[in-house]
Amino acid sequence: MALALQQLINGLTLGAVYGLIAIGYTMVYGIIGMINFAHGDIYMVSAFIAVSGFTLLAGLGVGSVPLALVTVLLVSVLFTSVYGWAVERTAYRPLRGSTRLAPLISAIGMSIFLQNMVQLTQGARVKPIPPMLTGGIDLFSSDGFTVRLAYSQILIVVVTVALMSGFTWLITKTSFGRQQRSCEQDRTMTALLGIDVDRTISLTFMLGAALAAVAGVMVTVYYGVVDFYIGFVAGIKAFTAAVLGGVGSLPGAMLGGLIIGLIEAFWSAYLAAEYKDVATFSILILVLMFRPSGLLGRPEVEKV
Amino acid sequence: MSALVSAAGAPTPAERFRDAVGVALVALLLGVPMIGLTTVDQGGALRVATRWPTLLAFVATAFFGRLVLRFVFDRLKKRRTALERASGAAGAGSHSASKSHGKILVLVGWLALGIALALPVVYADNRYVVDTATTVLIYVMLGWGLNVVVGLAGLLDLGYVAFYAVGAYSYALLSTQFGWGFWQALPVAGAITASFGLILGWPTLRLRGDYLAIVTLGFGEIIRVILVNWTAFSGGPNGIASIPRPSFFGLPFKPPGDTPTFASFFGLEYSPAQRIVFLYYLILALALLTNLFVTRLRRLPVGRAWEAMREDEIACKAMGMNVTNVKLSAFALGAMLGGFAGVFFAARQGFISPESFTFNESAIILAIVVLGGMGSQLGVVLASLVLVLLPELGRDFAEYRMLLFGTAMILIMIWKPAGILSQREPTLRYAAPGGGA
Repeated sequence: MALALQQLINGLTLGAVYGLIAIGYTMVYGIIGMINFAHGDIYMVSAFIAVSGFTLLAGLGVGSVPLALVTVLLVSVLFTSVYGWAVERTAYRPLRGSTRLAPLISAIGMSIFLQNMVQLTQGARVKPIPPMLTGGIDLFSSDGFTVRLAYSQILIVVVTVALMSGFTWLITKTSFGRQQRSCEQDRTMTALLGIDVDRTISLTFMLGAALAAVAGVMVTVYYGVVDFYIGFVAGIKAFTAAVLGGVGSLPGAMLGGLIIGLIEAFWSAYLAAEYKDVATFSILILVLMFRPSGLLGRPEVEKV
Repeated sequence: MSALVSAAGAPTPAERFRDAVGVALVALLLGVPMIGLTTVDQGGALRVATRWPTLLAFVATAFFGRLVLRFVFDRLKKRRTALERASGAAGAGSHSASKSHGKILVLVGWLALGIALALPVVYADNRYVVDTATTVLIYVMLGWGLNVVVGLAGLLDLGYVAFYAVGAYSYALLSTQFGWGFWQALPVAGAITASFGLILGWPTLRLRGDYLAIVTLGFGEIIRVILVNWTAFSGGPNGIASIPRPSFFGLPFKPPGDTPTFASFFGLEYSPAQRIVFLYYLILALALLTNLFVTRLRRLPVGRAWEAMREDEIACKAMGMNVTNVKLSAFALGAMLGGFAGVFFAARQGFISPESFTFNESAIILAIVVLGGMGSQLGVVLASLVLVLLPELGRDFAEYRMLLFGTAMILIMIWKPAGILSQREPTLRYAAPGGGA
């Protein structure tokens, strides 16, 4: 029982991170219908920015943890969204309106580029940072096993919930959200109504990158290690989460992220940890067999 | 930037300058966290190191590069519009032009075949060249196999490497555990991979487009994770070693001994190069058979059904086609061809491990198909040449070669979004009685 509760906490934390990254996939897929393979690497870039940021602040003698967190979070979001913008501008915009596979290949190329760029400029070794948020709340213990809610886990869940509510408000209530949703439905019509489609798409990429940046900073704080390869694994997990929830659906992306986080946590605890990826993908295949457009996705209506 | 496009004449120097400043600013923002700052390990703790001169050089390159590129592109564009205006209504002759274009391609194909056949003779003493050419041919074969699934049937498969792995491990296990030879194992391994194709194809039949893509990606990862962890079966991360090499109709490539070998049977002096050349011709033959098989299939009802399904699945259903069988046949055949390539790979390397079958490999094979031009057989050859030789040529600056590889993928796609040899012509065309299509 205690172990189950602990895994529930761990799974939710992991799921929150996957959900944040998954939103970037789902929004980009919704608006231009492509899998942004470089999104996982954007997240990786943000984690590296976080490492540099934390180290720099520690070197400058900033001892206050909340101050360091907020500063690094803001800086990382800023720089990472520039990366998101640049990726879209250089690799995807020239291919708008071409075949469906062309942007996919240039996205894979961009992913290879970013991974190797970071490997070259930041080094191939694993980067550890000293633990920042240590300690936590001991909930209860039974059979000598203490259920512990770490402060970093609280941070991740709180930040994710706050971001998600803000984001939902942005998409459903603001003028930008309306433009974004109308671009999703019909880009030509949106352009005819005088909305700058290119700008909206660029902003979508920047927002997705910003959310990935938050996830990157959180993961750096949570695990304390970063390397140039983390983007790939997190990327395919998050994309799986987006598909599981239904591509194009924001609550779906979050739900998918949570489900995948929970599957991983429980599978690792009770069954074989090394097969957790097999479990994740098998459940994805099973879900898609019965609901081909994901859990919360709208079934595609095809017009002839 | 939009001002540059819409302006009637050439942009003014001021506009050019402003544009380049914008690019330099973006370069600065991109460069600060990655180039300007880095962390170095110092006595167990990280310390921030700065590289401002490099950053400055990077920003300056972006600024001047943008100025020059913009200028060159504007010139090119101007010349092209002028040319288009001059040629006027020359579009009428385009059909015959595309026909002669096709003839040239056929010629290039035969020429490539001639070069491929002569290559080991010319470079008989250069092991490196023949080895690299063998690698190119493995990718050509994989590309032709994946072309069936992606190029012809239009099903996006991101986990093709799984079939490659299944083929390789089938041969490795059959030969090391049961002592099967290459030629015995080849058809069996093909059958095993084809059934894996069916296993993947069956649950994904209802999925469309990118849902299918992620499921195939997941399938590829499942296979890889199982190969890494099921040590008793696959040897785990250590892989399987000392896989027997293929023999020439039962004559092994070994130094002369008691049993007849290839060299002793033909009365030749033994040399290790013989095996390399033999392997080269073997994969060339396999690849050519694949090509023949696929081009013939395209003329059969099943091949035409693939292409029809790629163009419009609903219309196919409405015409009474069994879409399920069409999809499954594409998956199974594509998988089988990948399996053959895998068998050859295992036999050539003599050692396989899950490391050879990562997602990157799938991405490269898919890139070969798409860069080559979907559905084009010759395009696959060109793209394999580019993608295999590019990292090889880049060995001198080894650190940057994957960086250049990624950049090249993006640039080729932007330059030719439909692939180097874009050819999306249906294999058969309905000739209207009067019109003559």
